[in-house]
Amino acid sequence: MPLLETRALAAFYGDFQALYGIDTVLEAGETVAIIGANGAGKTTYLKSIAGLIRGPAESVSFDGAPIGASAAAEVMKRGIALVPEGRRLFPSLTAEENLLIGRYGRDVPGPWSLERIYALFPPIKGRRNSASMTLSGGEQQMVAIGRALISNPRVLLCDEISLGLAPIVVRALYEALRHIKAAGTSVILVEQDIVQAIKVSDRIYCFQEGRLSLSGRPGELSREQIHLAYFGT
Amino acid sequence: MTVWADALIQGILLGGLYALFAAGLSLIFGIMRLVNLAHGDLIILAAFVILTVAAWLNLNPFAATLAALPIMFIVGFALQHLLLNRTLGGELLPPLLVTFGLSIIIENALLELFSADSRRLLGGSIETASIALSPDVAMGVVPLLTLASALVIILALNVIFYRTALGRAFRATSDDVEIAQLMGIDHPRIFSLAMALAFVVLTIAALYLGMHANFDPTAGPERLLYAFEAVIVGGLGSFWGTLFGGIIIGVAQTTGAQLNPEWQILAGHVAFLVVLVVKPRGLFPRATD
Amino acid sequence: MTPTERKSGYRIATGTPASIVAGAVALALVALLALLPSFAARDLVQEFIFVFYMAALAQCWNLLAGYAGLVSVGQQAFVGLGGYLLFALTIMAGIDPLAAVVLTGAVAAALALPTAVIVFRLRGAYFAIGTWVVAEVYRLVFAQFKQLGGGTGTSLGPDITNTVYGIAWIKSFLDVRTPAARDIISYWVALALAVGAILLVYFILRSRLGLALGAIRDSEDAAESVGVDNWRVKLTIYVIVAAATGMIGALIYLQKARISPDAAFSVLDWTAYVIVIVVIGGIGTIEGPILGTAIFYLLQRYLASFGAWYLILLGALAIAIMLYAPKGLWGYLADRYGLILFPTRRRLVIGSES
Repeated sequence: MPLLETRALAAFYGDFQALYGIDTVLEAGETVAIIGANGAGKTTYLKSIAGLIRGPAESVSFDGAPIGASAAAEVMKRGIALVPEGRRLFPSLTAEENLLIGRYGRDVPGPWSLERIYALFPPIKGRRNSASMTLSGGEQQMVAIGRALISNPRVLLCDEISLGLAPIVVRALYEALRHIKAAGTSVILVEQDIVQAIKVSDRIYCFQEGRLSLSGRPGELSREQIHLAYFGT
Repeated sequence: MTVWADALIQGILLGGLYALFAAGLSLIFGIMRLVNLAHGDLIILAAFVILTVAAWLNLNPFAATLAALPIMFIVGFALQHLLLNRTLGGELLPPLLVTFGLSIIIENALLELFSADSRRLLGGSIETASIALSPDVAMGVVPLLTLASALVIILALNVIFYRTALGRAFRATSDDVEIAQLMGIDHPRIFSLAMALAFVVLTIAALYLGMHANFDPTAGPERLLYAFEAVIVGGLGSFWGTLFGGIIIGVAQTTGAQLNPEWQILAGHVAFLVVLVVKPRGLFPRATD
Repeated sequence: MTPTERKSGYRIATGTPASIVAGAVALALVALLALLPSFAARDLVQEFIFVFYMAALAQCWNLLAGYAGLVSVGQQAFVGLGGYLLFALTIMAGIDPLAAVVLTGAVAAALALPTAVIVFRLRGAYFAIGTWVVAEVYRLVFAQFKQLGGGTGTSLGPDITNTVYGIAWIKSFLDVRTPAARDIISYWVALALAVGAILLVYFILRSRLGLALGAIRDSEDAAESVGVDNWRVKLTIYVIVAAATGMIGALIYLQKARISPDAAFSVLDWTAYVIVIVVIGGIGTIEGPILGTAIFYLLQRYLASFGAWYLILLGALAIAIMLYAPKGLWGYLADRYGLILFPTRRRLVIGSES
């Protein structure tokens, strides 16, 4: 049985339909990448899993349990953590407080303690008591990932962690992601950077205008196939 | 000269009372961006609760307040949980008009229950006790206690907010409700807890209000205005700022009263308006607001 | 049709069939109301005066809060200002009361400008309380004027109340005594203010200013980005409403002929009741406040004797409506039956439609 599954997942913003019947699967230990142009519905997809957008209960199931209708706080407690697009750290909290708040709702034993997260992301340890918004973009992204990790989630959802960051920083983040994978977390990552997505993932889904346009293993998909699926005709 | 020194000292002490009024309001503004137009009336309600508890259990006001605190905690939690949480959807009008309606209800319910007579919380000999600083200037023990309580409460609120997990949750929720949910924070419950805490603070404020001056069911709105002015003058988002704001309003009032007793309240309002024009974000605003 | 319209085959229309019928009915109604004093008893005339000025105040508050997003709980500042200006102009400057009513509008507008500059530094709910503080300042300041009675207030003497323009004419024409004649003048002024307020709101909404208001209501940022000067639009509305409210206040106290700071600047009478009216009727529509005033009049007439319980009921009603029917009674009816009596939304009509 897959760890996380979406079945005919649809999502609406008012009258506007952003997702049309998305079927995806995440096996335990896997890293799945979601690629697609802006507005394709990738963030909406992650929000739907995380519980920020709610729908029919059966549209999302986690460990066999239907969570599509559950609220975000409840989904988080089950062990699905989202690193939101744009980082969205809490401005009133220091870097360390942002990390600590990540386990407010779910404080369970596991590989990711505060110290282990500082070991994973050395640059932020020195900034632990700084106001979060004074950190650089890369440091903020590290804190955002750490904030999600500290709850020892079984599934980590990453929304565009490379956005707006210099290539050297992106490389460091993806290096960290390897460690996260190695510690046993399953990951779904939304990425605009297709190269990184292909390098790090076991499988890829491509979204186009709210629909699945392609799925498969990175090695099996040709550039033309990806290009077509990304942009359409 | 000592007349002005006296006005200053009395103003600072009065400011302690206004800071107490304002602390609860500041807490609620800060966490849920709710402007509670019934805040002043809730202070008066608390004062009547203390009065009633004191009468039923034959206690002095301080003991009665202690007994009233758990009651008010629960009432505050319930009010937020059952009513006010339903107004916090992002629109401006619902929380404003619902709390306005609440204000009318509380005032008139108190009128029905207690009549329009002026009341006082009688503390006995402590009311007239004072400490003399000089032959002409004395500080009443009750006003001193008020200021001291304000300091303690603001200290306590700072500790809660900046050194506890709950305080982290308060601040995170106030920053970004959506992302706070991702942390597993049940924000309706956080709001209810915050309101319950605010009710504890305003009950203590009510104790000192009742010992400081007469109160009646219609005394609410004026307290709301003083509390509001203290918060704005001090700067949104800072508890110490609120204390300072209260003191400024207090000193403005006593100074105005020194010029002409009829000008006391007007002087406070004018000071507020001046600060509003000159420093619209207040004197100690938090950077991110 | 203009050349543009003929060429591209479209026009902007606002009228609806229901609105044309409503317009005709309204005209007839106003004519009937204008003639009412000739056959109605004096206390009915007085009740209608109350209804008219509350309806006018409601339209004003609705324009401010429902359309411009400026939720003020301090409009009593201008009601009191209007009342006191009327007393000052007539008692101290000897100006004719009706002329004073008009002059009050101008002075209120002038005072509203600096008031707005101060109060606009606050937004949203903080703005609301700020307006309350300002109203208190107005109250406390006017309570200082000993010439106008200080804290206890004063009355308009018969030398003023008996010389209102038109009293002599009405006395002979309708065969009534002086106090009744004064009431009838007040009645017509109140009717004019009520109708005027409705027309004022209607024509503002149909103007460019109204278009800007609609944009601001939907999204302030988007409105700014297409060139709307939010601050100026809001200032304009605030000043217009202040002028109208001031004139209404002048009329109210001309009719009452007795003023005191607590009454003139009463939050209950001039803000709480007005808010209840608009909330019950429906915020953000022209029809809402009219319906709300009618309902409020009935509530007031039959339940006001219950004193504090009546006010508790009003408070509870306002809360219930805000939670369960935030668009008020008219909002519910309009949604249900698609009614629009005062059409202000612009429709694009394409093709030749005569």
